[in-house]
Amino acid sequence: MTKRTLSAEQENERQYELRTYILGYGLALILTLIPFALAAWGSLSRMTLWWVIGACALVQIVVHFRFFLHVTLAKNKREDLQLILFTALILIIMVGGTLWIMFNLYSRMMPSIMP
Amino acid sequence: MTTPTSRYPGLNLGKGHAEADNACEELVFGFWVFMMSDLILFGLLFGIYVTMLGATAGGPGPHELFEMKSAFIETMLLLTSSFTFGMASLALKYRHDKGRLVAWLVVTLLLGLAFIALELHDFSSMASKGGVPSRSGFLSAFFGLVPLHGLHVTVACLWLVALLAQIAIYGLDKGVKTGLIRLGILWHFLDIVWIGIFSLVYLGGLT
Amino acid sequence: MSHFLDMLFGRLGWDALPFWTMLQDHSTLSIINGVIATAAASMVVIGALVTFGLITWFGKWRLLWSDWLTSVDHKKIGIMFIVISVVMLARAVIEASFMRAQQAVGLDGGFLTVDHFGQFFTTHGTIMVFFMAMPFLTGLINYVMPLQIGARDLSFPVMNSISLGLTAAGAAIVMISLMFAPFSTGGWSGYPPFTELAYSPDAGVDYWIWAVTLSTLSSTLSGINFAVTIYKKRSPGMHLFRMPLFCWVSLCTAILMIFGMPPLTVATALLALDRYLDFHFFTTDLGGNMMNYVNLFWAFGHPEVYILILPAFGTFSEVFSTFSGKRLYGYNTLVIATMAIAVLSFTVWLHHFFTMGQSAHVNAAFGIATMLIGIPTGVKVYDWMLTMYRGRIRMSVPLVYALGFIVLFVLGGLTGIVLANPSVDYQVHNSLFLVAHFHNMLIPGTLFGMLAGTNFWFPKAFGFRLDERWGYRAAYSWIIGFMLAFFPLYALGLLGMPRRTVTFFEPAYLPWTIAAGCGVIFILFGGFSLCVQLWRSIRERHLNRVPVGDPWDGRSLEWSISAPPPEYNYPVIPQIYSRDAFMREKDEGTPYQRPDRYQDIEMPANSAMGVVIAATGFLMAFGLTWYMWWLVIASGVVALVAIILRGFVRNTSRIISAREVQETHERWLDIVNHTPGVSRAQEQTTANRGRALPPINGASQ
Ligand code: HEM
Ligand SMILES: [Cu+2]
Repeated sequence: MTKRTLSAEQENERQYELRTYILGYGLALILTLIPFALAAWGSLSRMTLWWVIGACALVQIVVHFRFFLHVTLAKNKREDLQLILFTALILIIMVGGTLWIMFNLYSRMMPSIMP
Repeated sequence: MTTPTSRYPGLNLGKGHAEADNACEELVFGFWVFMMSDLILFGLLFGIYVTMLGATAGGPGPHELFEMKSAFIETMLLLTSSFTFGMASLALKYRHDKGRLVAWLVVTLLLGLAFIALELHDFSSMASKGGVPSRSGFLSAFFGLVPLHGLHVTVACLWLVALLAQIAIYGLDKGVKTGLIRLGILWHFLDIVWIGIFSLVYLGGLT
Repeated sequence: MSHFLDMLFGRLGWDALPFWTMLQDHSTLSIINGVIATAAASMVVIGALVTFGLITWFGKWRLLWSDWLTSVDHKKIGIMFIVISVVMLARAVIEASFMRAQQAVGLDGGFLTVDHFGQFFTTHGTIMVFFMAMPFLTGLINYVMPLQIGARDLSFPVMNSISLGLTAAGAAIVMISLMFAPFSTGGWSGYPPFTELAYSPDAGVDYWIWAVTLSTLSSTLSGINFAVTIYKKRSPGMHLFRMPLFCWVSLCTAILMIFGMPPLTVATALLALDRYLDFHFFTTDLGGNMMNYVNLFWAFGHPEVYILILPAFGTFSEVFSTFSGKRLYGYNTLVIATMAIAVLSFTVWLHHFFTMGQSAHVNAAFGIATMLIGIPTGVKVYDWMLTMYRGRIRMSVPLVYALGFIVLFVLGGLTGIVLANPSVDYQVHNSLFLVAHFHNMLIPGTLFGMLAGTNFWFPKAFGFRLDERWGYRAAYSWIIGFMLAFFPLYALGLLGMPRRTVTFFEPAYLPWTIAAGCGVIFILFGGFSLCVQLWRSIRERHLNRVPVGDPWDGRSLEWSISAPPPEYNYPVIPQIYSRDAFMREKDEGTPYQRPDRYQDIEMPANSAMGVVIAATGFLMAFGLTWYMWWLVIASGVVALVAIILRGFVRNTSRIISAREVQETHERWLDIVNHTPGVSRAQEQTTANRGRALPPINGASQ
């Protein structure tokens, strides 16, 4: 006997969780392949390409959180979700602020370094 | 379809593992908080990388140094290892035997090691093209960010080896279970950071 | 042979000894500075030797090892944090006096060399922030917070001990830099490019980097520990909004530690990469950009100042309500204000570099955000005043600190609002006006808060009250001394005197620097009073015992247990029904109940991890500083192996039997029952054995 003798309920749960992982893997694969393919063979303009890559990355991050780390909107998950959102807020403030400040400084003092 | 109730991020061990499940609530939450702190660290390094994009100081830039193919393979390795770790977690939760769990873990470990090996190979080929951190601010920023992720993966692999040894000694006891759940979180987390790296550093740099 | 020695000692040579320069260069200035440096180093050596000697003499090594160093009890770890902090405070205050003395005679000269003065302000600032304030508040939270939420320990006791070890290692690095000099001269902020290898090639900056890194790691871990504890370990019924305010500030401090420390970790790590591996993050060549460092440092720096101040706010909240005999006024607004401050503090960091060159609208945005913080802080001040309003105020020692705080802190806050205006900041940045401002926040805020907290909770921790007479003397001397020492700096700043200057050539400064020098005499007397206070209290501890544990008619849970508390804090985890849980019991006449049933208690077992991490952390930092690579590798490997092996340890807890718990508890309950209550008027007399009369009879002055 390799499987633990699972109750019907547990078997259900197992099926569900297995599907979660597979679905997550599939979505992540797609969201990885799109930007790589576009970057390798696509003929989008640079700006559009960046936007697409960024969007795919963001969605893929959400996919990972949802399907691999099992963070959902369910009530008993709120604490973890809040923590992620708070972290995201701090990241936006700190990293966004940093970019704003630094590029403002560049534009005034060393425009040559602007990419 | 009922979603299983959950008490902490990552896969929940559930009622079948009452003792370990209880211990996880606090341990995993703590580890989760630590991951968030680590995420700030990476976020800032991403920010610095962007501010240093123009600081090539006449040295080689992304187009001369990065290779899309190996970035792609690395991405696949890591993503697949995330999936296999998920399978390992399920084996831990629903099966009696260690065999399947250990098998999935070993597969994960091998994928992780392959990732590290490929990354090291990348770095050395960059170095042979003059891409070393002492060359420019841009390269410093690259080597501050990407190898830090690699270092994390190395630590995760080391932890995995330690846990395999613990499985060999203690079997699937509480300590091993809580350890595996936390390592799982680290593993998936590192994959998330890698999404940032391949999108921003490699794809962003190569377009 | 010499090759071998080079490998063994790295770049550590004879010239690192503090008297070396003096032997080469016989000028008066060099000799004076050599003597000062040597005296300081000898004090460290003698202090260490005397401590070792005494411990050996009394045969206390075993006790020290098993009851303290390897203990994971949050109360003991808290006390050890505070001990480190007090030792470091002594050093930093002495250094401050030297700086004030130098500037008092600094017209056209003085007695300190430029380099020496640079080390003085760098170590003073670094110690005060990272090794005085941080350990003090970490220790206080460690001690008090679990008691207040009715928990038996923090969530991760061994990690707590590791935090302590990391801080201890960092403090030891700063101390040993007196023997193997020099320390950095780059200020507590360590701005490159000055701190880059090209401009500061000696070991000083490396000491600074590793000391600060150790401290940062420690604080990050402490923050995680505190936050998880508050989330997961509250006793039943202790909803978040029933927690004492001190727990709320602990939570917000913890959040600030978790999210505010990473920028500093990044900044120092990148600086280290520049110095050790020839990276170019902040160098002046090859695309390096020091503005990134400044930005990172302050993205940490501003949350940090709120880490320093919030615990003091929490302490004062407890002090105001306890010594006014009233419920805390505006609890909800205080909580919301605390959270608002915590979040806003992430949005203002640019006000530390208004003058770096970004455009006016960036400055304006951050200036406005800065001023916004004044609002929640103002709310708090009003809440505290309204707590005292119509209260039966007892002028205890903690309350004296609290009153000093409230007046002086508002003044300092106002100067902060002034500085938040970019155009004004352009005039006074980098001047002594700024130094006056932040000391005006940090001394009445952080330091007074910590001293008030010590006076307040000391009887709980050790079972006897602190001597009040010398307590008052200390408090008043600190208040007066602070005003004398720092108000002149506002004037000096407006007159244009820059900070971090060793000498000046403008005679108009002199009266002010002399006045400030006099202030330090009062501060030193304050420090002396603190020592006497402690000494007298210990000598007369039998007279001042408060075994019942409630000397101030306290309101929150920690006062409901014996002083000192048993290792497991609560024999039975209490059920909470309202805010001010213990006061409610006293009001209802039901404190000190005998529980029906006792259970075995599982406590975390001792662990040597903290000591191992302290030792390896210290050696690794020392090796890195002096390029002793073998030491770095060896201690790194030992630390890694220890951490891995720790994962293999399985019996990590220890059982205290129900019998033992019962015996201890009932013995204490007997004492409680045989102790007469004492009215508030007799609070400071030997009649106070720690049992308070109910307020109706007892509240009279
Ligand atoms: C005990 C009374 C204190 C005195 C007399 C004192 C005196 C001084 C003096 C003279 C300076 C150098 C000013 C200059 O740049 O010209 C200084 C700097 C500084 N002090 Fe204090 N201080 C005291 C307490 C504190 C406390 C409690 C803290 C923090 C918790 C603190 C933090 C700092 C910092 C961060 C600096 C800046 C160091 C730098 O320039 O890098 N001080 N202090
Ligand atoms: Cu600030």
